[in-house]
Amino acid sequence: MGSFGNMERDLENMRECFRQGRTKEATWRKSQLKGLLTLMKEKEQDIFKALQEDLGKHYIEAFRDEIGTVTKSLNTALESLKGWMSGRKAKLPKIALLSTAEIVPEPLGLVLIFSSWNFPFGLSLEPLIGAIAAGNAVVLKPSELSPACASVLANNLPRYLDRKAVKVFQGGQAVGEELLQHKWDKIFFTGSARVGRLIMSAAAKHLTPVTLELGGKCPVVVDSLPSSWEAKANFNLNNDVMVICLFDFFPTANQKVAVKRVLVGKFGACAGQACIAVDYVLAEKNFAPTLVELMKVTIKEMFGENPKETSSISRIINKGHFLRLKNLLKDPKVEASIVHGGSLDEDNLFIEPTILVDPPLEAAIMTEEIFGPLLPIITLEKIEDSVQFINSRSKALAIYCFTKNKSFERRMVSDTSSGSILFNDVIIQYIADTLPFGGVGESGTGRYHGKFSFDTFSHERAIGRRSLLTDFWFRFPPWNIHKLLLLESAYNLDYLDCF
Amino acid sequence: MNLLGLTAADIMDRVTKIESGGKAAGRWKLRALKVEAVYISLFHEVKTLNSVLSTSSHKNVGDPLFTLISQVKSSCKLALKELSRWMTPEKVKTSLTTYPSSAEIVSEPLGVVLVISTWNFPFLLSLDPVIGAISAGNAVVLKPSEIAPATSSLLSRLVEEYLDNSAIRIVEGAVNETTALLEQKWDKILYTGSARVGRIVMAAAAKHLTPVILELGGKCPAVVDSNINLQVAVRRIIAGKWACNNGQACIGVDYIITTKDFASKLIDSLRYELEQFFGQDPMKSQDISRIVSSSHFARLVQLLDEDNVSDKVVFGGQRDENQLKIAPTILLDIPEDSRLMQEEIFGPLMPIQTVEKLEDSFEIINSKPKPLASYLFTNEEQLKKDFVQKISSGGMLINDTILHVVAEGLPFGGVGESGMGSYHGKFSFDAFSHKKSVLYRSFAGDASVRYPPYTPEKQRLLKALTSGNIIAIIFALLGWSKD
Repeated sequence: MGSFGNMERDLENMRECFRQGRTKEATWRKSQLKGLLTLMKEKEQDIFKALQEDLGKHYIEAFRDEIGTVTKSLNTALESLKGWMSGRKAKLPKIALLSTAEIVPEPLGLVLIFSSWNFPFGLSLEPLIGAIAAGNAVVLKPSELSPACASVLANNLPRYLDRKAVKVFQGGQAVGEELLQHKWDKIFFTGSARVGRLIMSAAAKHLTPVTLELGGKCPVVVDSLPSSWEAKANFNLNNDVMVICLFDFFPTANQKVAVKRVLVGKFGACAGQACIAVDYVLAEKNFAPTLVELMKVTIKEMFGENPKETSSISRIINKGHFLRLKNLLKDPKVEASIVHGGSLDEDNLFIEPTILVDPPLEAAIMTEEIFGPLLPIITLEKIEDSVQFINSRSKALAIYCFTKNKSFERRMVSDTSSGSILFNDVIIQYIADTLPFGGVGESGTGRYHGKFSFDTFSHERAIGRRSLLTDFWFRFPPWNIHKLLLLESAYNLDYLDCF
Repeated sequence: MNLLGLTAADIMDRVTKIESGGKAAGRWKLRALKVEAVYISLFHEVKTLNSVLSTSSHKNVGDPLFTLISQVKSSCKLALKELSRWMTPEKVKTSLTTYPSSAEIVSEPLGVVLVISTWNFPFLLSLDPVIGAISAGNAVVLKPSEIAPATSSLLSRLVEEYLDNSAIRIVEGAVNETTALLEQKWDKILYTGSARVGRIVMAAAAKHLTPVILELGGKCPAVVDSNINLQVAVRRIIAGKWACNNGQACIGVDYIITTKDFASKLIDSLRYELEQFFGQDPMKSQDISRIVSSSHFARLVQLLDEDNVSDKVVFGGQRDENQLKIAPTILLDIPEDSRLMQEEIFGPLMPIQTVEKLEDSFEIINSKPKPLASYLFTNEEQLKKDFVQKISSGGMLINDTILHVVAEGLPFGGVGESGMGSYHGKFSFDAFSHKKSVLYRSFAGDASVRYPPYTPEKQRLLKALTSGNIIAIIFALLGWSKD
């Protein structure tokens, strides 16, 4: 097995590099993070070109979702690295048997990152930042479905980073499978649940821990909102001036805000091809017509009369996915439920922003993750029914809910489960790096972003120290009742029990 | 709250009342009651526990009754004391980039979880995870080890009598039952046992994308320096090997490394202290556990009788197949490639490997898979620092053995071959929770930069906003920008 042998040799060199301790040094980690910052700055144009080529992504989307976020994460990591590396003291009880106890993070070793094609830079570099900050040697396997972006990474990472400790392996399924045969200290995977299972099975052979960032059908619950021109200014006086300058001068109606956010969270998020994109809408029967009308108007405002002409919507990644989406609409009952859009251009891999109302729930469009610019609206008798609707399906990566009803808000938090839940907005939890980003159940296991990235690629080791001076004589055999009682009180700290 | 006056029936009564009341605020109360129930079962069943546990194989630090039950009681007490605090959502700061917003991390139960425990500390390793699972709000199925049958049936009875059977269940049995359980879909599995079975558990979990905690084992080394209080160190080593279920513990000292010069002093001290603890004839001592089963006995005898190993015994070596007893045995400088130095021993055989200088021990330790724990006895600060830097293990303890798992503030878990994930104390609660991110945004404060149509002005402002840098934002607003 020639290539297995070659790969094993490369990986063994990387493991040796790790064992020598270079990647553990804080100076190394900082230099790599700085190197990435320089790469982002100097190669910005190449990155945009590659994203345009692979996905037809507009500069603003690319910046907003990938380049801006990665730059921010790099700055955060550089500022916080020292604090993250220092570990923390553990609480010791009153009658402490240990003189000190602390939890110290250490790198895992050689880690493998699989990234996906929809945010090829973001989903490669965010985990890479965590892995490097935590002191590991890293192999990155970008998706072959976004080849221009994979090339940019493969060509530039060795130039800006330590090529002995950080490597990029390009290729398709065969390369991925080959990588999985080797032993890793951690595998980080972003992609589908189907492949997630294969990855975890392969990892089990080596007892390799995994973080799986998968997907799911992320619902957005839209409660009936006021249409009047009220906008609660609930920021304090000091910030008012800046805020008014920052945002639209005239407050926008809640309904309009909600619709804009929902639409950008679908059609403005890589044309719906995002794990945290809005998948479908839940709304009350009475409210649905208003919602649909407002959506039609807003789509025109955002994308013009002829959305195909605008450069503001990404393409479908490839023919395979295009046909998959086309098939979702083939079912006559589904087709009949289209209220807006529906046109497809196979040559240009373009699908128009499409809205459907109440397609059949058994149809594929409502049982599978859509991952495209088709937005079903499911109507309910009352909005509280959305809790049961959501709970009867697999746990999603995110739940979105637009409402002004505080008790409904509380119910959504406590009665549904998802990776994260966001009120009155969509997607934006991705850049809130004080919040862990990850799934639960079918939507994944593990989390990252901010310090959570560092933690995900670290082992938190418990370290205790004792003095050799003092000793508890009652620890040692031969045993008798006096020793036992003393032992109990020492172990149980706060109370003495008599039998 | 006077727990002792309550019966199991009382508790179930209270549980039903709260459940039917349906108040969300009662949720923590509900969990607390379940943990209380475990606690009470211990009080009420002391006599039975005593007889079962003392007839079973193990004796460890202190009489099993006290220390194993103490540990479980301690976990219950901690959970009861801290539960409402653990369940409170954690508020987190938000930055200018998501302004205006507020955020928190909410702990929610995962659902129905499976705890598979093992035979060496069957009571503790079953109930400790179960307490964590309950306090996190899950329903639990416990599969105790069939190799400790008395404890398994005892647990079965306790769970049935004292705990809420709609949410907490036991499945007794062996390989077939475990395999059947593993085919089901769980929201989390916590497995304590061997690395071999750990792989099987994880592979089964992978089919359902079930996250796992694996508490495995490994060869936990103890590195012994010469500049120490020898008597104290040796006593602690004995406490961490032969007085701890006679070596059948995942965090027990597996082997010792010391310098060539110091080895004979160490062996003499070990001999002396072993006699103090277990008497002249350890085979007659009541304070040593027997080997759990005849197959493990046979395994250990095979390890001991291997060529080039059996002639390195410097102390002990006696064995009694009828009683399943093996005396504390020390071996000196056995071959590195012998089975005794390659496999986890899990018995009362203690190899001592010697090196020229102690720093050489790092290579020996690092050539093996990462263990669950590593121990170092020294007074030299630099050696301590190097040890922490260069050795990787689940946990680490300087100048003692085992105790770091009793400190409730420290996580207990492995790395690499010794496992993944951790628990104990609040880490148990976290292990069985999903930490859900919750972000609240306002309708007000809508930044038009987010929405198409995309214009160059929006581009500049977006760049500034993402950086969260106020100056950059103002500049961008005013039309001044670097690009």
